[in-house]
Amino acid sequence: MKLKTILATTALATLMAAPALAQQISIKAGVLNDRSGLYADLAGEGSVIAARMAVEDFKAADKGIKVEVVSADHQNKPDVGSTIARQWYDQDGVDLILDVPTSSVALAVSQITKEKNKVHINSGAGSSDLTGKACNANTIHWTYDTYALAQGTGGAMVKAGGDSWFFLTADYAFGHALERDASATVIKNGGKVVGAVRTPFPGTDFSSFLLQAQASKAKVIGLANAGSDTTNAIKQAGEFGIVAGGQKLAGLLVFISDVHALGLQAAQGLVLTESFYWDRDDGTRAWSERFAKLNGGKKPTMVQAGVYSGLLHYLKAVEATKSKDSATVVAKMKEMPTDDPLFGKGSIRPNGRKMHDMYLYEVKKPSESKGPWDYYKQISVLPAEQAFQPLAETGCSLVK
Amino acid sequence: MTDLASTEAAGVALSETDDSTARLHRNLFIAIAAVLVVAPFVAYPVFVMKVLCFALFALAFNLLLGYGGLLSFGHAAYFGMASYVSAYTAKNWGLTPELAILFGTAVGAVLGLVFGALAIRRQGIYFAMITLALAQMVFFFSLQTPRFTGGEDGIQAVPRGKFLGLISLADDRALYWLVAAIFMGGLLAIYRIIHSPFGQVCKAIRDNEPRAISLGYRANRYKLMVFVLSATLAGLAGATKAIVFQLASLTDVYWTMSGEVVLMTLVGGLGTVFGPIVGALVIVAMQNYLATLGAWVTVVQGGIFVLCVLLFREGIVGVIAKAIKKPL
Amino acid sequence: MFELLGVPPQALFGQVLLGLINGSFYAILSLGLAVIFGLLNIINFSHGAQYMMGAFVAWMCLNYLGLNYWAALLLAPIIVGATGVAIERLLLKRIAHLDHLYGLLLTFGLALIIQGLFRNQYGSSGLPYAIPPQLAGGQNLGFMFLPNYRAWVIAASLVVCLGTWFLIEKTKLGAYLRAATENPTLTQAFGINVPLLVTLTYGFGVALAAFAGVLAAPIYSVNPNMGGDLIIVVFAVVVIGGMGSIMGAIVTGFSLGLIEGLTKVFYPEGAATVIFVIMVLVLLVKPAGLFGRAA
Repeated sequence: MKLKTILATTALATLMAAPALAQQISIKAGVLNDRSGLYADLAGEGSVIAARMAVEDFKAADKGIKVEVVSADHQNKPDVGSTIARQWYDQDGVDLILDVPTSSVALAVSQITKEKNKVHINSGAGSSDLTGKACNANTIHWTYDTYALAQGTGGAMVKAGGDSWFFLTADYAFGHALERDASATVIKNGGKVVGAVRTPFPGTDFSSFLLQAQASKAKVIGLANAGSDTTNAIKQAGEFGIVAGGQKLAGLLVFISDVHALGLQAAQGLVLTESFYWDRDDGTRAWSERFAKLNGGKKPTMVQAGVYSGLLHYLKAVEATKSKDSATVVAKMKEMPTDDPLFGKGSIRPNGRKMHDMYLYEVKKPSESKGPWDYYKQISVLPAEQAFQPLAETGCSLVK
Repeated sequence: MTDLASTEAAGVALSETDDSTARLHRNLFIAIAAVLVVAPFVAYPVFVMKVLCFALFALAFNLLLGYGGLLSFGHAAYFGMASYVSAYTAKNWGLTPELAILFGTAVGAVLGLVFGALAIRRQGIYFAMITLALAQMVFFFSLQTPRFTGGEDGIQAVPRGKFLGLISLADDRALYWLVAAIFMGGLLAIYRIIHSPFGQVCKAIRDNEPRAISLGYRANRYKLMVFVLSATLAGLAGATKAIVFQLASLTDVYWTMSGEVVLMTLVGGLGTVFGPIVGALVIVAMQNYLATLGAWVTVVQGGIFVLCVLLFREGIVGVIAKAIKKPL
Repeated sequence: MFELLGVPPQALFGQVLLGLINGSFYAILSLGLAVIFGLLNIINFSHGAQYMMGAFVAWMCLNYLGLNYWAALLLAPIIVGATGVAIERLLLKRIAHLDHLYGLLLTFGLALIIQGLFRNQYGSSGLPYAIPPQLAGGQNLGFMFLPNYRAWVIAASLVVCLGTWFLIEKTKLGAYLRAATENPTLTQAFGINVPLLVTLTYGFGVALAAFAGVLAAPIYSVNPNMGGDLIIVVFAVVVIGGMGSIMGAIVTGFSLGLIEGLTKVFYPEGAATVIFVIMVLVLLVKPAGLFGRAA
């Protein structure tokens, strides 16, 4: 094994030393995500499929770039994720790591990526710290972050008349951050927050909290939670006639896979923000159609779409620079505008934040839906500059 | 009374340490030391360090179950809390790694003393349940104090620092020697404890508590003592792990971590000195190399659990010990 | 209008009622555990997974067989109970003579397998399951809006819990069962088929878990992890009530639901921990639990 490492490093050194050989760049991309737990449906194997599609669509082989995609399960455990990441970088010759949902694992992988000077394009995690106080020059945060979700859902709801809010907040740092960002947006847009309740995490029964929310007479109930907490709360809100009673539910972190799990009967009327929806235009529809064929009929989530789009942009930068040196490629990625059928035109900020529009959606009534996966109707578009945190406020050390 | 280890484990009472057994054990220690020296050049050092941390954790757990006869289902509490404290002090107070580890270990010990004092008053299933409940409280505490634990993000980017303020541990190899030394120290300590008069009394209590009491031993004192020792060593493992991975997170205090350490001990061989090391190696290797299997990992883990309970209650090392008719 | 600690009494009534409803789930689940522990001396760690299976079987009944909620309510416990019978015959029986901690470890492994298999097949974000149309809607009780389904949950669980208690404490079958718990050898000598009794008891306990799972399907998220965290809480309930005590499990289940419900009003952050705090306190004062006999 030692010998192999030496060989690999020698090979790598030769490669770098001889630009003439750069025609045969070979890239190893690792998709590291949850394949067995809570986030397996929104990332999981689907993200691997998306990565392979990016390689295919880029026609890498024709351009003299050999791309190999590997994958592993981090089981949502930071220590498992960081061991795999280290091993991938140190031993297996992986050049970039994609996806990585679960903020704790993402922050760890981002840190290791910086240490080993590789590239990490995150799609699955929400923490805005990745491009904020924990930012580094090797990490790009692609699809969404909690700040943008709060901006989208909070701001747009107030403009649509939902000016008084009550929060159900999962009682841990992530929930608190969602609530904090959303409250700030609500207040900034002229709304008010009439109350909030901290719910134990993870929770099963939210009826008691929903009752408190109902009694508050707030127009909007903001769900500052994620995963099964959110689906449980939405299911029970339906049961207690909350939406029927005129209050709106706003999900601060809901994926299409969650809506699929709830069914329209339970989820109807829910308002949420996403950066990608398969049925947005011809481009997204065509791609999603192909994706669904490979993924057992399941349409892509924004996280999976982000893996595709991120890898595609990376490969373009490799092609343009004829190099896989991390600094060179990342610099090129930030310099080149991004453009693909899924997220449209965009850019990457110096702090690693990928910029694109966010969309506010409302979940359709069962009667409005034409069939499986026809779930959203678009309420409004939030331009990238408004959606993401102003660069100066991020606290990222790369921004001077 | 729990007679888990006495009836099921190695099958040979360790107290009858005759000369040939002592020689065998000495040779084994030398072999382990040799493997430790060669390991980082053959295998990936970070992986070996992970195995060592978990092996120490399993050894600590086995001390309590195999020699104290007490099944704790909440050992994640000491492991995880020590890991938080070590990460926190290294990162926020700027302590050198050895001090951070010591600090974490000390907290593990204190926690062990408090929880142990509560738990040893009950036996068997009740004991297991109390330890589980107490560990759950530690989990909720960790979840609720993001200022200290970083909430669900955990404490990230913990500096490995300089050993004694002099030798940088940023290089995996350099850190490896420290971890190997800690592991070896822990293993020798446990071996000493088991074979000391104190260890003999613990086994006597495990096998027949009323008799030990009638002989004049204060059973609860011994139980508390072995509990605290176990928690301390679990803390040492957790504190070291925080420095190795440069992070401490909720995973370390969650109840599944308590389950994992039971699995490691069971696979390796309950109540054997060396079993938990083998068990930890098997389970950690599985988690690492089966990572591509996705959801099947839990199925495989569960399957091993079931098979172990049904067919290999002695565990891998236990089976070997039986075959060579010597306690290991 | 007067207020109690800042909470209007009407709201409090509502919360108490909701607490009782949650308690129904604790009661059925801990009852199953207590029944199993009473006769088999096994802590059934796979109880949470079997509860989850109940909910999934209900979903399968609807989607594969077109059977509605009511049929599932009957079928799911039978199907899942049958798997329980198989588990007892094939696995648990082999370790019956060993320390009961091995039972805990074996069922822990089983829980991992079951959850893993369901996750492979159905993913982890969950499956939709609607409230049966007969129970949709709700009543306005003045102090709160009570969904009909919740009222049904509390009624159904009361019936099942009391029925089980009656079966075990007041019938001949129950008398055999209690005799077998007390002294299996002697009971066997009297011509009672104790191994069969043991198998059926495990099957029954598991069926109770599945019943709770079907009850939960329309209101809680149906996903492979739904039982994993719940089971830890239910363990605490059983321990507080006293292991193996039937009435203890029922009463403790409902009362802890109530206490948890009140905690959600006055100190929501502590709602998840309060049961564990109570458990430690109870065990310090009454080692065998509130209703248990000292060992």
